[in-house]
Amino acid sequence: MRLLEMNHIKKSFDGQEVLKDISIHVDEGEVLSIIGPSGSGKSTMLRCATMLETIDDGEIIYLGDAAAVSRDGHAVYAKAADLKKIHNYYGLVFQNFNLFPHYSVLKNITDAPMRVQKRGKAEVYAEARELLRKMGLEDREKAYPYQLSGGQQQRVSIARALAMKPKILFFDEPTSALDPELTGEILKIIKDLAAEKMTMVIVTHEMNFAKNVSDYVVFMDKGIIVEEGKPEDVFNSKNPRMKEFLGKFEE
Amino acid sequence: MTVMQIVQQLFNSMGITMEIFFVTLVTSLILGLGLALVRMSKSRVLSLIAKFYISVMRGTPLMLQLLVVYFGPFFIFGMQITPSYRLKAVLIGFALNYAAYFAEIYRSGIAAIPVGQYEAARLLGYSKTQTFVHIVMPQVIKRIIPPVANETITLVKDTSLAFTLAVAEVFTVTKQLVASQSSVVPFIVAGIFYYVFNLVVAVFFEYLEKRLSYYR
Repeated sequence: MRLLEMNHIKKSFDGQEVLKDISIHVDEGEVLSIIGPSGSGKSTMLRCATMLETIDDGEIIYLGDAAAVSRDGHAVYAKAADLKKIHNYYGLVFQNFNLFPHYSVLKNITDAPMRVQKRGKAEVYAEARELLRKMGLEDREKAYPYQLSGGQQQRVSIARALAMKPKILFFDEPTSALDPELTGEILKIIKDLAAEKMTMVIVTHEMNFAKNVSDYVVFMDKGIIVEEGKPEDVFNSKNPRMKEFLGKFEE
Repeated sequence: MTVMQIVQQLFNSMGITMEIFFVTLVTSLILGLGLALVRMSKSRVLSLIAKFYISVMRGTPLMLQLLVVYFGPFFIFGMQITPSYRLKAVLIGFALNYAAYFAEIYRSGIAAIPVGQYEAARLLGYSKTQTFVHIVMPQVIKRIIPPVANETITLVKDTSLAFTLAVAEVFTVTKQLVASQSSVVPFIVAGIFYYVFNLVVAVFFEYLEKRLSYYR
């Protein structure tokens, strides 16, 4: 089943074209990695997908429900009520976690399911504890974010996103704020999620990770998709820009 | 008059000072939040009006503002002013003035909340109101305690400006007693009163700060 389709996305900031006609799609159970140099527009793409930014033109379709359609060269967004429903389909893990500092680990995870989704406390708490166990944080539920390492904070933020039961989970450079050791623990979590067939879209600078975990890789540069396909094809691409980019990583 | 009688007389005026203090604190903290939100609103017109208001309230003497609030209704609208309006005028003037200061404190606190907090809340489906009430405001309160404590301590001392409208608070009564009794005792009693009052205020805010130190 197709969970997300973004077609012909265009986005400018102050006349600067950041996304020039980008299209991607994600099927259920698939892991899509978006790689590319800084300023290539990959994070903007993610922010458009999660509607933290509005697109100028193009269409965004979640599970067959149109969040935005293109009309006369402009994107037209769906009604607020429809967007609210679509909103439920996805979650996002931020580069710098953005945990709520005044909430304990457990409350960070349980507050939205209870307050927003109006689910019962017993059920939400049980699920949250199960998620914490999966993240290896079962003994930290009473801790506050500042008492945790970066890697632990990121694991809490993944648990927080998963607690909303999204159909797609987006990751915006989830390891960029972490040292190599902590990066490893986050990548392992994402790998485990991939093994459970969680649908994920990951913007990352971790090339080996993208190569090993993704079903599909998109290489972006200067607002366009330069190369895309199965990881083995993309990483062996003859495209000069792609080779140059990968070369820099291998050095 | 014995020292005891002087203290007795001043004691009655302390109630008025405390009334001015508490009423001003509560009303201006509420008004100030509203004012800060208008100041930060997307409407340029509303924001500019709030900005102008804050600028005037902070840029002119509180004493002058009290006089305007008191005499304004008579000179501008020809309304009859009764003596009972004096205390009301003081309370209104103080609330309007302190709201401007608190609005700027709120504004700095709200502006200091990282945009990532709003984005995280949005992704989790919180409404704007829920985000403000449950995510933003608790963090703002923690951040603004020190400047609010500062302003509150100033307010304790500023209550003495009510003497301008001859409201029988501590400072007004002190001045009267010093003149009528030719004694410096009222000054000392008043000084001790203001100091102890502010000591309590400072201890209270320290306690609040400690209560909220469970996170960073």
